[in-house]
Amino acid sequence: MINKTVKNAHEAVADIPSNCMLMMGGFGLTGIPENCISALLEKDITDLTIVSNNAGVDDFGIGLLLKKRMVKKMISSYVGENAEFERQLLSGELEVDLIPQGTLAERVRAGGAGIPAFFTPAGVGTEVAEGKECREFDGKMYLLESWLKADFSIVKAWKGDTAGNLIYKGTARNLNPIMATAGKICIAEVEELVEAGELDPNQIHTPGIYVQRIFQGENYEKRIEQRTVSK
Amino acid sequence: MLTKDQIAQRIAKEVKNGQYINLGIGIPTLVANYIPDKLEVVLQSENGLLGIGPFPTEDQIDPDLINAGKQTVTMAKGSSLFNSAESFSMIRGGHVHLTILGAMEVSENGDISNWKIPGKMVKGMGGAMDLVASADNIIVAMQHCSRSGESKLLPDCSLPITGIRCVKKIVTDLAVLEISPDGGFILKERAPGVSVEEIKSKTAGKLIIEGEIPEMIFE
Repeated sequence: MINKTVKNAHEAVADIPSNCMLMMGGFGLTGIPENCISALLEKDITDLTIVSNNAGVDDFGIGLLLKKRMVKKMISSYVGENAEFERQLLSGELEVDLIPQGTLAERVRAGGAGIPAFFTPAGVGTEVAEGKECREFDGKMYLLESWLKADFSIVKAWKGDTAGNLIYKGTARNLNPIMATAGKICIAEVEELVEAGELDPNQIHTPGIYVQRIFQGENYEKRIEQRTVSK
Repeated sequence: MLTKDQIAQRIAKEVKNGQYINLGIGIPTLVANYIPDKLEVVLQSENGLLGIGPFPTEDQIDPDLINAGKQTVTMAKGSSLFNSAESFSMIRGGHVHLTILGAMEVSENGDISNWKIPGKMVKGMGGAMDLVASADNIIVAMQHCSRSGESKLLPDCSLPITGIRCVKKIVTDLAVLEISPDGGFILKERAPGVSVEEIKSKTAGKLIIEGEIPEMIFE
């Protein structure tokens, strides 16, 4: 079995240069690659384009990369909850592509699956459709959307093995499995790394073929955005 | 005038046994509190959960388990987890039976605006555009008028649109209305104590009134 293990987050992100395209898994702050974000923060790189459903909060997640002005462009579906993001966007310092969440997910999936484009109903008749081909199928209009691929995709899983097989937990799965497929290099950080053969093949969510580097992360904070309890 | 909880309570009467339902953020989330126990329904959360359970107790909180509003949740019996592409396959593929969401504006032909105020609010559409473009049955929960007193039921939306010709029904603090296939808000029910005249004066789009308009009934 090919061993994909690297020592830690620093080694995993060492060759990520300025001006490249990154995908980062996570929905809100759930399932984000906390260790790799910390390691990126210590690097002297700028002008990143980041594909991520959200942009973190002011002092956690991708929000930290924004604050350090490392990001040129965000490709996201929902960026509320981040005042610094909104400031950079309204002042024109940051470029942003806001796209429907399902379109974002499918564009990433298509990128990993070798499908250059697809038609979707999301955004027909809205500003999302501007400049895009619109076509009718069975009496309904659809928009042509293209695949998304990245130089690096960085994902977070619950368990992984040295062969790069991954298992996610709860809704921390979100965009992680599809992003794993759409990066030229996929870096996976996991809470628990085991030897190949120790995970049940029936339970694998991301087969190791998609993953180039894997390491066991540490000190996961797993910050909660909306702590809601029943009365 | 209805409270937010009463709007949710009225919308819950639209829920049918066996439905898979996506509830948006805000008033729609409250609908879950009023679905009768005798109905078997499954709530979908577009971040990757079918079968949203109640909010957790303090010792049940799991940071790896949230809903689309990023609130901590639990899983109902028989729930399942999946990735975001799969989640929107369910939505676009028409497998979700009912979508309930909030709006800033609705037009008389069923267009909805709820994602952007140019120059003011840039949060993004999240999953709203996929949901409204795909669902056969969309109910909007909102206040009839904005905080400044402007009608939110318009001939045409003034804000950037989320989806066209998609809303079927609207429940506001004043009324239940349906979108006519030929355009116009058909007044179906009044909130207790609210007159047809008041609803008329607060609806900027075409209002269709046929016969006696009953008051809403709350059990």
